[in-house]
Amino acid sequence: MTQAVGKSDMHVRRIDEATSVVEIRGEITAGSEKPLMDAYAEACGAKTRAVILDFGRLDYMNSGGIGLLVTLLVRANRQKQRLAAFGLNEHYRQIFELTRLDEAIGIFTDEGSAVAGAKA
Amino acid sequence: MATGSETQAKGRDDAPNWASPDRALRVGEMPAGAINRNVAGRRLVGPVQGFGQLWQKTYRIRMDGVTVAPTDVIREWKANYASYWPKGNRFYAPVAGLQLGDVALINAASLGGVQLSTGVRMIYADDESFTFMNAAGHPAAGMITFSAEREPGDPVYAQVQVLIRANDPFYDALLPVYGQRAEDAMWTKTLRALAAHFGATGEVTIQRALVDRRRNWSEAKNIWQNAAIRSGLYMFAAPIRWARRLVARAR
Repeated sequence: MTQAVGKSDMHVRRIDEATSVVEIRGEITAGSEKPLMDAYAEACGAKTRAVILDFGRLDYMNSGGIGLLVTLLVRANRQKQRLAAFGLNEHYRQIFELTRLDEAIGIFTDEGSAVAGAKA
Repeated sequence: MATGSETQAKGRDDAPNWASPDRALRVGEMPAGAINRNVAGRRLVGPVQGFGQLWQKTYRIRMDGVTVAPTDVIREWKANYASYWPKGNRFYAPVAGLQLGDVALINAASLGGVQLSTGVRMIYADDESFTFMNAAGHPAAGMITFSAEREPGDPVYAQVQVLIRANDPFYDALLPVYGQRAEDAMWTKTLRALAAHFGATGEVTIQRALVDRRRNWSEAKNIWQNAAIRSGLYMFAAPIRWARRLVARAR
């Protein structure tokens, strides 16, 4: 299912009962809170242990977007879930490194390794 | 920051707005009087690296009668950031002016008369906002975003939004008795001073949201880099340093 507000568009896929992928399309700013949190809620089932963020179609992110990812990380940790990411280009990888989010959200090159890594 | 042409092709490009990652903070040429202690060589600390509860606080002022655009407000704020700080606190931008990626020094009045020496780095800047991230040892681990906006039919609003944890158990213990109050006073006075510059007066509203009530006990070790403790020790050791210099000269 798709959650779309403004220029943010989130699409959720279930890999299995323990793992979901949230595709982030467009932008992440402070204004993306509702679609991102709605997508996260949709990605979560009773047995979900890992939520994987697909940044392959991310076009734009500001510092408000980083704040939103921190909030999402807190929610996932509270549910004892792992948060992982893939599809980050070099620019967004550098932003994760700059803000040190990469120390809390596992970064992978593709979906396969993200799913395997999140389950490890 | 390097980016692929892929981002640019899709529309808005955020690449010019972000600083490059740096493993260790580098301090440029600073004005005379700036104390560069507890900053150079340290890392930045975000909300993930802090110790205490995670708070998001939003300080906002409505600038009635202000006709300039939000971009003008941000341009002025960024260019003369230090001038809007309350008395007793000093913010030193590099001599050449504060640019994206620059480190700025903070020499602030703190509890017990200690002159707290720490710093921040501007990690993000666009036309309507800019963001600082704090150096290790700063009382707060996290980010502070300064922004201005105008909704259709509304006046300009200026805003400070902090997303922070107390950096270590020492700062966390001081938060309810000193830290929260000091932070509220700091940003309230800053926003009032900014509004006054543009000829506006207004009340500052404060919204507080507790994002994470848990403490990161694995980050309790941050106390070793505590800038207040280190600044205090340095200050109280001044007579010893003075005596040593005297003895060295006599020899």
